[in-house]
Amino acid sequence: MSQAATASPPAPARTARGAGNLGDIIFEWACRGAGIFVLLLLGAIIVELFIAGLPAFRAFGIGFIWSTEWDPVQEVFGAGVSIYGTVVTAVLAILLAVPVAFGIAFYLTELAPVWLRRPVGTAVELLAAVPSIIYGMWGFFVIVPAFATYIQPTLIDTLGELPLVGFLFQGAPFGTGIFTASFILAIMILPFIAATMRDVFEQVPPVYKESAYGLGATTWEVMRGVVIPYTRVSVVGGIMLGLGRALGETMAVTFVIGNANRITGSLFGPGNTIASLVALEFGESETGSLKLASLLALGFILFVLSFIVLATSRYLLRSRLKA
Amino acid sequence: MNRRTLLLGAGAAMTLPAIGAQAQAAQITGAGASFPNPVYQKWAEAARSAINVQVNYQSVGSGAGINQIRNRTVDFGATDAPLNATQLTEGSLLQFPTVMGSLVAIVNIPGVENDQLKLTGPILADIYLGKITRWNDPRIVAINAGLTLPNLAIAPAYRADGSGTTFVWVSYLSDVSEEFKTRVGVGTSVRFPAGTGARGNEGVAGTVRQVRGAIGYVENAYAITNRLVTTQIQNRDGNFVKPEHETFMAAAGAADWNVPGFAANVVNTAGPQSWPIVAPTFILLPTNPADAARSANVRRFFDWAFKDGDRLAQELEYIPLPQSAKDAVRAAWNRQFGA
Repeated sequence: MSQAATASPPAPARTARGAGNLGDIIFEWACRGAGIFVLLLLGAIIVELFIAGLPAFRAFGIGFIWSTEWDPVQEVFGAGVSIYGTVVTAVLAILLAVPVAFGIAFYLTELAPVWLRRPVGTAVELLAAVPSIIYGMWGFFVIVPAFATYIQPTLIDTLGELPLVGFLFQGAPFGTGIFTASFILAIMILPFIAATMRDVFEQVPPVYKESAYGLGATTWEVMRGVVIPYTRVSVVGGIMLGLGRALGETMAVTFVIGNANRITGSLFGPGNTIASLVALEFGESETGSLKLASLLALGFILFVLSFIVLATSRYLLRSRLKA
Repeated sequence: MNRRTLLLGAGAAMTLPAIGAQAQAAQITGAGASFPNPVYQKWAEAARSAINVQVNYQSVGSGAGINQIRNRTVDFGATDAPLNATQLTEGSLLQFPTVMGSLVAIVNIPGVENDQLKLTGPILADIYLGKITRWNDPRIVAINAGLTLPNLAIAPAYRADGSGTTFVWVSYLSDVSEEFKTRVGVGTSVRFPAGTGARGNEGVAGTVRQVRGAIGYVENAYAITNRLVTTQIQNRDGNFVKPEHETFMAAAGAADWNVPGFAANVVNTAGPQSWPIVAPTFILLPTNPADAARSANVRRFFDWAFKDGDRLAQELEYIPLPQSAKDAVRAAWNRQFGA
C-alpha cells in the first residue's frame, strides 16, 4: 500500500546540538512536555468520564447502550434513543453533504478559472468558521418555518403516500425533527469535507490527468477513472472528518431536532442526540444522582464514537497528506 | 478606615471602578432557578442602595442551584421545585418561598384570538399525552360554543431543558389527570409521550409562533412581554378563568403554607376566581452557615424584598406572597437563627 511506500524520514542529525546549549534542551523538554500533556489530558478525560458514568452502567448493565427508555421521573435511563438520533442525523448529514462537497472540490480543482479558485476556496473555508450557535438560530428562525410551511407538507403529501418507504415521511409538519437537524448539520460539515477533497484532488499528479486527456477522456471520465481512484482513501478520510464533527455538534442540533426522547421512525419526527441531551439536562441534574451518571455515561459513549471516527479518518488521510 | 484599606480601596477603584464604588456593601452570592432571575436581579439592584447589600445571583437552573448550596459554594440556593423534608434535613437547609409566578397555555390556531379558547385540565393532560390530536376534537368543541375550530393537528411543545416551569406544568397536569400522573409523573424534566421539545421559554414560544396548531406553556411574564395568544382554563370550582392579575392573586391567597419547607400546593387551588397554575419559587439557606454574617445578610435582603419589593415584582408580572406567608417565613427565620 501507499503508506508502506512512504518511508519514514531519516532521524534528524543529533550532532548539531552542542554541549552546554541549555536553551535547546529546555525548548526540547518544554515541547515534549506539551505533547505528553495533551495525551495525559485526553486519557484523564476519558477515564474520568468512564468512572463518573460507572453508576449508570452498573445500574442498567450493558443494556444501557440500547435501552430506549429515558424517564427522569422513574429514574430509568437508556442511551438507545440518543445514540440512534446521533448516528442517523450524522449519516443523513453525510449523505446530503458529500455530493455537494464533491461538486465544490471538483469545480475548484478542475473547472473553475484560476482567478476564481482562491476566493471561492476561501469562502468555503470561512463557512467552517461560522459559530454553531449562528447555524442554530438561523435554523430555528429561517429553516424550521420554511420546512414547516413548504417542504414538509409537500413531502408528507407525496412521498408519505408511497408504499414501503412512506413511513419515513409521515407525521405532523413541525418543521423541527431528525431531517431538519441533518440538513443543518450537512451545511455545517460541508466546508470540512469540501476543503479536504479539494486538497487531496490537488495532490493528483497532473501528468496522470494529462495522459488521460491525451487519450481522449472527457472531464467526467478523468474524474471517475483517474482522480477518484487515486484519492479514494483520502476522500473517505475527509468524509470521516465531517462525520466526527456531525456526531459531536450540540448547539445547532438542539435548536432544531425537536428534543424528544423517543424513536418515531419518521424522518420528520422529533428525536435527540447525545450531545444535545447532555447539554439540555445537565443543569437540572443533581450531584450524585443516577441521571448525572447517565449523562456522563452518554458523554463517554460519544467520546468513544467520535474517537473511533476521527482515528479512522486520521488513518485514512495519513498516507496522502504526507506525500 | 486605616491607611491600608484606603490603599486597597484606591487600588480596586483604579482597576475595577464599578466594584470599587461598592466596596463597602455586604456581598452575598446565590445561584439557582432561572424563573425568578429577573425579579432577583431587580431586587438586588434596588437593595444595593436601600440596605447596602450587594447580591450576586447566577441563574444556572434549579438543579445546579441545589448542587451549589449543598456544596456550600454560594450563600443561598434557589429552586422552583421544592425539596422535601428529608432532603432539607440531609442538606441542613432551610427552605422558604420568595415570590410566585403563574403559567399560561399559549396556542397558535388560525382565527383564535387572545383568551378566546377555553380549555380544561383533563383536556390539556390528554393533549400532552397524545390522546387528543386535533383542534376540532369533540371534547374541545363542546366547551367552545361560538368558536370555529379548524381540523388541524395539535402540535404540543414542551421545555426540552430541565426546568422549574416544566415541574409546575406537569404538577398541574398530574393533579387533574390520574393517567398523566401514572404515565408521566412530576419532575423538572419528564418523558412526554407526544410533542416536540424546545429550549427555554423562548424556544417554546418560538415553536408555538411558527407552527400552526401548536400549543405550549410559558411563564405569564413571558407571554405578556411577547404578546402571545393565551387561553382560558377551567379552575377547580368549574369556572373558566382568564390569566390576569385578579385570578393569580386569588390563587395565591388560597394556598395553605402550613406545610414542611413551605412546599405549599398552589396548583389547582379552590376558589371561584383562582387561576389553576400558580407556583412559588424557593430559597435554600444553610441552617449551619459557615459565615453567620453573610447568612444574616441573605435574610436581611429577603426581609427587605418582602417589605419593599412587591411593586418591583408586580412590574415584572410576578405575584407577591400574601402577608400571612411572609410572616410565617420570618417566624421560621427567628426559630432557626434567633431574632
